[in-house]
Amino acid sequence: MTVRKNQAQLTATEKRRFVDALLELKRNGQYDAFVTTHNAFIMGDTDNGERVGHRSPSFLPWHRRFLLQFERQLQAVDPSVALPYWDWTADRTAASSLWAADFLGGTGRSRDGQVMDGSFAFTSGKWPVSIRVDGRGFLRRDLGAGGRQLPTRADVDSVLAMATYDTPPWNSASDGFRNHLEGWRGVNLHNRVHVWVGGQMATGVSPNDPVFWLHHAFIDKLWAEWQARHPGSTYLPAAGTPNVVDLRETMRPWNDVTPADMLDHTRHYTFDTAA
Amino acid sequence: MPELTRRRALGAVAGAAAAVAVAGTAAAAARTERTVVSGPSAEPASFDEVFQGRRIQGAPARAGGHHGGGHHGGGHAGGHGGGFSVRIDGEELHVMRNADGTWISVVNHYETYPTPRAVARAAVAELQGAALVPLVTA
Repeated sequence: MTVRKNQAQLTATEKRRFVDALLELKRNGQYDAFVTTHNAFIMGDTDNGERVGHRSPSFLPWHRRFLLQFERQLQAVDPSVALPYWDWTADRTAASSLWAADFLGGTGRSRDGQVMDGSFAFTSGKWPVSIRVDGRGFLRRDLGAGGRQLPTRADVDSVLAMATYDTPPWNSASDGFRNHLEGWRGVNLHNRVHVWVGGQMATGVSPNDPVFWLHHAFIDKLWAEWQARHPGSTYLPAAGTPNVVDLRETMRPWNDVTPADMLDHTRHYTFDTAA
Repeated sequence: MPELTRRRALGAVAGAAAAVAVAGTAAAAARTERTVVSGPSAEPASFDEVFQGRRIQGAPARAGGHHGGGHHGGGHAGGHGGGFSVRIDGEELHVMRNADGTWISVVNHYETYPTPRAVARAAVAELQGAALVPLVTA
């Protein structure tokens, strides 16, 4: 059984094997297919039209399925690898071991934002940014630019306290847990972390930065924590909602998986701590 | 401190100061424009200006414009910007309007701005001189 661990607790060997598996997916072309898929959904999901991956109730089950597929491909390279998660309420500065050269590398240099250390630096020759919206082919970051702050545990707890999963109009204007976790309303959790990292993470091609997976693995864990706190609450809407994925409707691009199929993460993996 | 290191350090400081100045300009623009946003249904104003050395333009999109090809694969029609098109040095910047009337673009996709002009200016700052390129899609 796959156990997803806090990135801060990984051993040097676990970090190396995770990085090596990422580099192999990059080399064989599978990695960039995930970037392409994510961007297609982020550009196609609209508040008043069809919406699946973002700004909608299926934001959470869609990303759970997306991460599962990615994790399975990592495990096809190295069966010992699991996706780690980044608890940005705890590891909240650029000095975190997450950003060390033996793991993801650090922030970008001031001149052009280019990451200069670690395996994902352009200079390593192993991490060309090919799926992109501008001419720059190197990984960029600007961690905490302008004094931006990551969400606190109190911010997270205030969102986990919301008992209703999601509300009409089921988009970026919604009240409820999903939209506050996604960040279009309120204290802003998920969106704010993308902006804090900067570089490609702030764009539609955000999976170009491997921290995308660690960020979303923690968002996914927060969904599991929310379920544990609110056992009487579940995914909404239940049925009959135009442009929105109801509980038992299939999600693109897979077309064979529903939000209901994704509610219980323990069928696929567990966490290192109780969720 | 060796001369080269000192120069590089000064350059880094100057770069950081410039970045702060850019962010301040964009933020100021956002603040001044917020007052003219009257709601999600308000038609955004067209604009055409040079911002930090780059031409930014915004206007209602022409019918049958770039969204007609469906290259985003989203299965939708009519574009996502509420029919509004933004260009930087003539290249299309993909923008989208949120339900509350705010805007995002493909280069600032997790942060909202009050107007298409503010989102275009933020994109110019983010691009640091780089050219937009048509997205490579599967």
